Amino acid sequence: MPLTIRDLPREKYVLPGHAACPGCPETIGLRFVGMALGRRAILVVPAGCTSIIQGLMPGSGLAFPIINVAFASADAVASGVAAAKEVIGEDSVVVVWAGDGATADIGFATLSGAAERNENIIHICVDNEAYMNTGIQRSSQTPIGAWTTTTWRGKTEPKKNMPLIMASHGIPYVATASVAYPMDFIEKLRKAASIRGFRYVHLHAPCPIGWRFDPSETIEIARLAIETGIWVLMEVEGGRVTISPPSKPYVDKSRRKPLVEYLRRQGRFREISDELIRELEREIDEYWNLLLKLSS
Amino acid sequence: MKRADLILPLSKPKIGVQGITGSWRIRKPVINYGKCVGCGICWLYCPDSTIEIENAGSRFRVSIDYTYCKGCGICSSVCPVKAIDMVREV
Repeated sequence: MPLTIRDLPREKYVLPGHAACPGCPETIGLRFVGMALGRRAILVVPAGCTSIIQGLMPGSGLAFPIINVAFASADAVASGVAAAKEVIGEDSVVVVWAGDGATADIGFATLSGAAERNENIIHICVDNEAYMNTGIQRSSQTPIGAWTTTTWRGKTEPKKNMPLIMASHGIPYVATASVAYPMDFIEKLRKAASIRGFRYVHLHAPCPIGWRFDPSETIEIARLAIETGIWVLMEVEGGRVTISPPSKPYVDKSRRKPLVEYLRRQGRFREISDELIRELEREIDEYWNLLLKLSS
Repeated sequence: MKRADLILPLSKPKIGVQGITGSWRIRKPVINYGKCVGCGICWLYCPDSTIEIENAGSRFRVSIDYTYCKGCGICSSVCPVKAIDMVREV
């Protein structure tokens, strides 16, 4: 039976009055982590917006048990925590809550290492497609054509495909999610928590500050990313891709909304050239074709 | 070492760790209870946990905590019946 709002726990893990910007997708995502895993979750947080959202000591805006660690060390620390919890015999789920920088760029060495050792942790990459905490610098997850403070005329390189890179590690579970589809995200997290080994969840999180749109549109933009096909919700288990229900209709290219509807809503794509739009469209088509090949 | 000698940099969960964040607000969400169908979708998406829901039969009774609501307007944009209006504070 599909999840409904009535089934979700009401306990607050993100407390009112935390330090996030209005319309922050990370706190929306953290609330869903709380709803999915509850008291079992232990968070390991490398440098990023989430370090700031907690506010200043001695108070914390998040009610999870959290270890704040150096940028590149998150998965190494989480491996240790998971090992210690196993020795104690405590029922807990160790979750690395890292941004795209701490996943795909700076933290990639320990991430790849922990995945190769198949450590018993869940890595959630909160992908806001740039280094938002330090002031919107480009990351390897920034898409083609996007403005950042270090790519003034739009980034010219494509976004690194993290979900498939992680799937290539041969880990038991890889999934993608979006803040606009909470039930899908919560179900994937609960499924991930029931599996042993390294699990990777890539959460698409539109940032109003860095992407230059009104804070009220966070969910609309995230939903448009699915509807235009630029972000695909899927699961990878045993090398086989399964497209998740919210993305299923968009397997058929004619049902996808035009990509410009997604780009036009964001100030970061204001100066994107027609050539880069065509390149982005071609990249999306290639990605879908690859996914459909892997799912057959 | 005695336990009391240890000074650990530990933080404890606290409501309002960044102060009264309601003062950041420039637009205020106001629920039109005549239109509200009590679906709870605004509660689901609120990034600040400032929307409360209570069970009221098959629906929910929705209320907003204005002390900490930052006025982002996500509740208003996700509402399926457009029952939340954003009203200017000043």
